[in-house]
Amino acid sequence: MEGYEFLIISVLKRALVAGTPLLLGTLGEIYAERSGVLNLGVEGLMAIGAVSGFGVALVTGNPWLGLLAAAVFGAILSLVHAFVSVTLKSNQIISGLALTMLGLGISGLWGKAYIGIPLTTKFESVKIPILSKIPYVGEILFHQDPIFYISVIAGIVMWFILFKTEVGINIRSVGENPLAADAMGVNVYKTRYVCVVIGGVLAGVAGAHLSLAYIPSWIEGMTGGRGWIVIALTIFALWNPLRAMLGAYLFGGIYVLQYLLQPIGIPPNILLMFPYLATLFVLLISAQETFRKRMGAPKSLGVPYDKEEK
Amino acid sequence: MKRKKEPTLHSQGGKKIELLEMKNIYKKFPGVIANDNINLTVKGGEIHALLGENGAGKTTLMNILYGIYQPDRGEVYINGEKTTIKSPRDAIELAIGMVHQHFMLIPTHTVAENISLGFKEAPFLYPTRVIEERIRDFTDKYGLKINPKAKIWQLSAGEQQRVEIIKTLFRGASLLILDEPTSVLTPQETEELFSILKRLVEEKHSVIFITHKLEEVMEVSDRVTVLRKGKVVTTVKTKDTSKKELARMMVGREVIFKLEREKLKKGEKVLEVKNLSVENDRGLMAVKEVSFSVHKNEIFGIAGVAGNGQRELVEAITGLRRVKDGKVEILNVDVTNSSPKRIGDIGVAHIPEERIRFGIVPNLSVYENVVLRDYYHEPFSKGSFLNYPYIKEHSKKLVKEFSIDTPSIETSVKLLSGGNIQKLILAREISTKSNLIIAAHPTYGLDVAATEYIRKLLLKKREEGAAILLVSEDLEEVFELSDRIAVMFEGKFMGIIPREKTNLQDIGLMMAGSKTLEKKYED
Amino acid sequence: MKIKVEKRGEISPKKRFTYLILSLIIGFLIGGLIFLFKGINPLYALQKIFIGSFGSIYGWKETMTKAIPLMLCGIGLTLAFKGKFWNIGADGQLLFGAFLATWIALSLGKIYPAFVVLPLMFVGGFVSGAFWGIIPAIMKVKLGINEVITTLMLNYIAGQFIQYLVYGPWKGKTQYGFPYTDNFSASATLPIIKGTRIHYPTLIIGIILAILIYIFMMKTKTGYEIRVIGENPEAAKYAGINFLKTTIIMMAISGGIAGLAGVGEVAGIHHHLTTPTQISSGYGYTAIIVAWLARLNPLVVILSSIFFGGILVGGDTIQTSMGLPFATINIFNGLILISVISINFFLEYKISIKR
Repeated sequence: MEGYEFLIISVLKRALVAGTPLLLGTLGEIYAERSGVLNLGVEGLMAIGAVSGFGVALVTGNPWLGLLAAAVFGAILSLVHAFVSVTLKSNQIISGLALTMLGLGISGLWGKAYIGIPLTTKFESVKIPILSKIPYVGEILFHQDPIFYISVIAGIVMWFILFKTEVGINIRSVGENPLAADAMGVNVYKTRYVCVVIGGVLAGVAGAHLSLAYIPSWIEGMTGGRGWIVIALTIFALWNPLRAMLGAYLFGGIYVLQYLLQPIGIPPNILLMFPYLATLFVLLISAQETFRKRMGAPKSLGVPYDKEEK
Repeated sequence: MKRKKEPTLHSQGGKKIELLEMKNIYKKFPGVIANDNINLTVKGGEIHALLGENGAGKTTLMNILYGIYQPDRGEVYINGEKTTIKSPRDAIELAIGMVHQHFMLIPTHTVAENISLGFKEAPFLYPTRVIEERIRDFTDKYGLKINPKAKIWQLSAGEQQRVEIIKTLFRGASLLILDEPTSVLTPQETEELFSILKRLVEEKHSVIFITHKLEEVMEVSDRVTVLRKGKVVTTVKTKDTSKKELARMMVGREVIFKLEREKLKKGEKVLEVKNLSVENDRGLMAVKEVSFSVHKNEIFGIAGVAGNGQRELVEAITGLRRVKDGKVEILNVDVTNSSPKRIGDIGVAHIPEERIRFGIVPNLSVYENVVLRDYYHEPFSKGSFLNYPYIKEHSKKLVKEFSIDTPSIETSVKLLSGGNIQKLILAREISTKSNLIIAAHPTYGLDVAATEYIRKLLLKKREEGAAILLVSEDLEEVFELSDRIAVMFEGKFMGIIPREKTNLQDIGLMMAGSKTLEKKYED
Repeated sequence: MKIKVEKRGEISPKKRFTYLILSLIIGFLIGGLIFLFKGINPLYALQKIFIGSFGSIYGWKETMTKAIPLMLCGIGLTLAFKGKFWNIGADGQLLFGAFLATWIALSLGKIYPAFVVLPLMFVGGFVSGAFWGIIPAIMKVKLGINEVITTLMLNYIAGQFIQYLVYGPWKGKTQYGFPYTDNFSASATLPIIKGTRIHYPTLIIGIILAILIYIFMMKTKTGYEIRVIGENPEAAKYAGINFLKTTIIMMAISGGIAGLAGVGEVAGIHHHLTTPTQISSGYGYTAIIVAWLARLNPLVVILSSIFFGGILVGGDTIQTSMGLPFATINIFNGLILISVISINFFLEYKISIKR
């Protein structure tokens, strides 16, 4: 294999890895927003997932337990947001911001003990038999860590559920017109709770991927704004899990691009701006597209549902 | 793939409601007792009308029956057994179905998806396929024609209503509650609805029909219960009563059906619309080359079912929507695509269609709302600053002059009743601008007293020289107030007729697009 | 047993205040529990925080020092939030203000005297912060792009930009390789109250702005327009209010005031530009709570900024005396914010339990 072929494969491979936490986070946020709840706490949830995943993996020596812990903690913390947003009908933007602060704070406190400790029990890449032997594609797609495979399957399954099943119709209707859904016997509150918690679980798992596979270690602030990028990607994905995969991996590519361009001599800080500039760019494109396709956010996004409103 | 259990429809031997009894229902909201010890009995196979003016408590009562609200006190019995209805899910289980006044449909989803919503017997996978097959059964049996794959926003109001009815029947509804179903229908569609109801009743369904329209009560119901201010006035067999009697019971006093109106000679042109074409939000042409004019001392009424371009027309004239083609002139000034402020400055008052959504800022006080359209004029402001002393004085004057019921001018506008909010809007608009008054559905959802007040006010302004453009779905209102009537259908004016020359049948046909008048009294 | 939830009518200010205090107490209680869980004595920690911030003269000095940028950013945010423009970018606007002020200081500081340089720095800082605030404003009004993400991304971009400057072209030759610019000359340094770190001109500007912005918000035409846009944008459209013009003015002011905070930090505290985390210390985020706690009233921000100044000093205290990471204080911030908005529910609704 030529040098540059190796480079391309390596780049694509790394792009998929870098995109994995973004994909997971976005899938979760899509469900939350489809049900009508805006969750701006993803950054904090990812941080909690990262620290809890790391901590439990360190103590138990088993990264899978770490993953489970991340999911659980993500769920618990997102439950707070669900309660405040759905039951208490509070301002979802402020609640999400508070959640981010809380998540970053708790993870900072918890993670202090883990700074500088290497993790030997991280997620190793797994080679899928036969498929990984396909030239070029095999190495890129089928020689990745287990969470990558989980995220791809999750993306497809979640798309299917959302658009081809009864459950999906109910979720989407709750986000578009909760009054109609309620009148047809769908429990709006329950649906929103479930979707927000799904968002929390996936954000937690996304964080665990960072600390258990991508980096892997615990550094304060390691989420680096990815939670916010997830929010932007949700819009870019037009609230569709399949499109989310496209967006997430494209973005993963941007992270990899930073490393590639380093030797050219572009100042490192400018390179570090790339994901954030790219986010702005992505939003610009989405704005045009939403206008063109006349497809927008779920109509009830961010609006608390008040049953007894006369 | 395992199919879930098929629902047993009423017509196939499912649950049948022979007798419904609501006993001593009491429900209070902050500041108002909506239902005060109401007793209602509905028998199987009857069409029972629930009559009352806006605010009488009819919708609240039915929302309780459907499980959307819980009564503070009282019980519901079905076929002699006491039942608790804690949510719409329970109501559906008990074979009760409801078609709401504002359709509970998701515009971006298809008919089949809307019917599958919350449908317990739908299969988990590909639920819409089953629905699509079963829908054909319905059209045959009840005459409800619909395309299951169509998206809701593509359907007419009448078709959407059919979807709502099918939704209830799919879930085995035996008793159907319809809340003001004809408010969005043309006269012909109303007839179609009535024949569907009669077929339902032939199949031993029962129907509760909420309305404030006496005509319909007399035409289609077997019995009628009249509500007033949350209490039951009486329940009678329809054939034993009359419109006049019902009206008296509904309002509590003699109702004058006709308002005094002088025959006036119309003055000079105030508004001139020439070949106006306007797009809607989806980029489709909502107003197609419409031309007409409105004069001083004249009320020009636009009749038609909502959704035929009236909203876009009004928005284009008031500067809230871009005009694709054509011209709008007010007092000989070209105001096409001007800003709302500029148009307001020429003396154009705009009473918007959805008063709470567009006409007021709910969280601000009464006096802050009074200046919503004039804050940048002297003497309401001086330089960059608002002149609060003057604003408050002015507000107090308006509250008194228009009898707006509010604790003070500092009160949050959201705490006012619908009628008082509308009065506030009218007061604000008319007191500073009265060359051209554009009133869109001005009495929608208001009680008889407020409605009467507003209609009298419009007639008075007409006498004083204002030119008034009235848009209303309420045909009675259009007839009562207008000098000339235009009927709008799919973006065009099917005809413009002077009041004396109209008849209901022609108007109905024009509303449904089946007739176009040759002679248009455009001027 | 049935739980009934009813909406209330008007709510008295006294009730609001009581509930506010209640929410703060609850926030601290839960924070205390989290500390307990981590094996830290919560009472000890809280004591350290409060004594550290309010129990001594030294504490008060530090609290007031931190209150200054919180006050400025907080005032700016009340205006933006009143217009329901979720400006999460105060940090970035602060940094951008600091950036231009630094440029003025470094290029003009040795040539002109203080009464020329300092006002110029403030003006420059305001303009610069305003610029950083107008970008997301235009994006929102013209393109409908969510302002939470845009302002946030601009924070990160501003941070990287500052980082680039202080590690690169602006690295001070006199700073032994540390990421600082050269120190500002005396003419670019703000005077302080003797014995403290309080750069009082900025504080005075803050208090004056609190009054000015309150007047602007409640008594001027543009202030009215901002409030209408915030409370009901559809009515604002109906009233013919110019969204673009009004939003730009609003964010120019909001960003500009945050920029002033940046000027204060470089000219009053650090006397040079350095890494973004040092300069902004997350003030822009804490200011969100400052503004929210003040119920978007700029005058009350004066008080809530002092309160949160105290909490931030507390963060320093527990970091130095208890070895906890500074991020810990975010826990309190988050909890207080959640408590405040949760308690709001009990203000708006009456809960009754029926048997």
